[in-house]
Amino acid sequence: MRVALFITCVNDTLFPGTGKAVVSLLRRLGCEVDFPAAQTCCGQMHVNTGYRDEGVRLARHFTEVFAGYDAVVAPSGSCAAMVREQYPKLVRPGSRGATAVAEVAPKVHELSEFLIDVLKVDDVGAYFPHRVTYHPTCHSLRGLHLGDRPTRLLQNVRGLELVELPAAQECCGFGGTFAVKNPAVSAAMGADKVRNVLGTGAEVLCAADNSCLMHIGGTLNRQRTGVRIMHLAEILAATEEAQ
Amino acid sequence: MSSTFLGMPGSFPKNAAKAVQNSQLRYNLRKATHTIRGKRANVVGELPDWQELRAAGKAIKDETLRHLDRYLVQMEEAVTRAGGHVHWARDADEANRIVGELIKATGETEVVKVKSMATQEIGLNEALAAQGVTAYETDLAELIVQLGDDFPSHILVPAIHRNRAEIREIFLDKMEKVPEGLTDEPRALAEAARLHLRERFLKSKVAISGANFMVAETGTLVVLESEGNGRMCLTLPETLISVVGIEKLLPAWRDLEVFLQLLPRSSTGERMNPYTSMWTGSVEGQDFHLVLLDNGRTDVLADEVGRQALRCIRCSACLNVCPVYERAGGHAYGSVYPGPIGAILTPQLRGMSSELDASLPYASSLCGACFEACPVAIDIPEVLVDLRAKVRHKPAERAGMRVAGWILNDQVRLAKAQRLATRFRKLVPKRLPGPLSAWTDTRDLPDIPEESFRDWWERNERA
Repeated sequence: MRVALFITCVNDTLFPGTGKAVVSLLRRLGCEVDFPAAQTCCGQMHVNTGYRDEGVRLARHFTEVFAGYDAVVAPSGSCAAMVREQYPKLVRPGSRGATAVAEVAPKVHELSEFLIDVLKVDDVGAYFPHRVTYHPTCHSLRGLHLGDRPTRLLQNVRGLELVELPAAQECCGFGGTFAVKNPAVSAAMGADKVRNVLGTGAEVLCAADNSCLMHIGGTLNRQRTGVRIMHLAEILAATEEAQ
Repeated sequence: MSSTFLGMPGSFPKNAAKAVQNSQLRYNLRKATHTIRGKRANVVGELPDWQELRAAGKAIKDETLRHLDRYLVQMEEAVTRAGGHVHWARDADEANRIVGELIKATGETEVVKVKSMATQEIGLNEALAAQGVTAYETDLAELIVQLGDDFPSHILVPAIHRNRAEIREIFLDKMEKVPEGLTDEPRALAEAARLHLRERFLKSKVAISGANFMVAETGTLVVLESEGNGRMCLTLPETLISVVGIEKLLPAWRDLEVFLQLLPRSSTGERMNPYTSMWTGSVEGQDFHLVLLDNGRTDVLADEVGRQALRCIRCSACLNVCPVYERAGGHAYGSVYPGPIGAILTPQLRGMSSELDASLPYASSLCGACFEACPVAIDIPEVLVDLRAKVRHKPAERAGMRVAGWILNDQVRLAKAQRLATRFRKLVPKRLPGPLSAWTDTRDLPDIPEESFRDWWERNERA
């Protein structure tokens, strides 16, 4: 199967390791991975901050770049939710680009959705001998309704001990520009999330969104906790040979 | 006399920054919201058809709003037929004037009140005070707020920011007669309030209420409550004046079947509320006046995205699940409508010209917990994002977002910006200047990698 990787602008710029992990994981599972170089950003930051015109331009750009692929895989629940849930409302039916949105949006999958729903695998043959806790980010939980897909994948990773995160469903406080527009509340939410993470005794905090992890991880680092953040793709890409 | 929110200075981020530092407030809010949240989850979870009920609630409200003109006239006719009087109020001033004149006609200077959001929205107590009329709140929590000369901070539990020790202090300080040796036991506090209020009920000749629902078909008003104080107010006085927002209508009697399940379960987390009072027109010689309040609702109705906020039944489930409300508290929203619903309702009813009102659509991380809990499926994040597009943005932010949009709209520009960042990656300070310090005050920045993903791909993978 030939799939297009939508890396997302945050991963492209700040977390290239996540992209490399997706490529190696999908190839291991027999996919041919393409990276359309013209891709940029889904437009979520602009739309959710109130800059709709810029957002619409980026949405049209996105659908032009990814038209013609069988499947588009994004290592971000938030960006995948933006394309699938918000694009059809943003680019209104009848307006320019609406047909392209209707065609492309349903083919965009968050990584764990793609693995479980499209490739039909829940054991990707990974090995990661560490104690891990998983934070279901809001847009993957309440936007995409990923359910237990990510944790099913993690449970099948050899050597991995998955510990439950208390109050997992509560927002970490990132919220895009919310983190700088409402820094006090964002930090207070982040502090509670970090307290729950530390309570699990996990070495690694895993999620399907690096943007949320950047916020929680930034707080974990500032507090010198020693807990690492890792994107789901990086754990699933890890194998015994690579250790 | 409780104060009014109108014209409150500040902005949500500034108000919230103060609130998060108040550890007593944080503790009170966390405890209270988590308790109600848990109760709600239990009684919602036990119903196999909750999603169907929710869909029905949404559909009934949408149908009502689509034909509001027709249902309002039907309501007026039904109430008039049953011996009541109907008044139409375009805005807060008009409603306050109508209520003031009705009270004046009775010759009374004191009135008792049933807990009501609509009368708080229009600042009725303050308007009456200016006309020489004292309004006494009879809902226990509203009484605490009124005695403490305070603002309500929650729709259902207006004194949620207070714990029982603080309530005892307020009673000792402000009540005329307090039982000797008053403790902070809930039972003792309730008894003190009961003694204080009982006299008011028996003395008062005029009562003011709102309503949870109005049934257009029959002209019936419905109030749900827990304490029974509302029923005292509704039944004892000679004159009853109800101020009700025009969106509170339901077309038919049988629609109550849906809402009498949705509201208590979402609100107090009970299967059924203790007291449900229903009345139609003038009952047993009581002089009944219904004041139908617009106060911006017609404008909200004209907005295709925002109009769903008019489905709200004021249950406050969204407040109790909101992580932002839990930390910021209700006062930070500067409105009688706090929390997620307030963040979409207040800017629509009041406009977004003040700094405070313009900051409300941003008082959310868009986590979606409110939408999930809402019994009438108001997509609050959708409305928030829509309002954000209507706010007047600050010029510096606008310029920054334009540049970001320009860079992100082209792969070459994006790649150049990324290379610039990687080149100077060692020079990025631990603490950023200006508005970006909001990030680095409490969080480390991620390390900027040596190479972006696209450059890595270009170097290794591009055939």
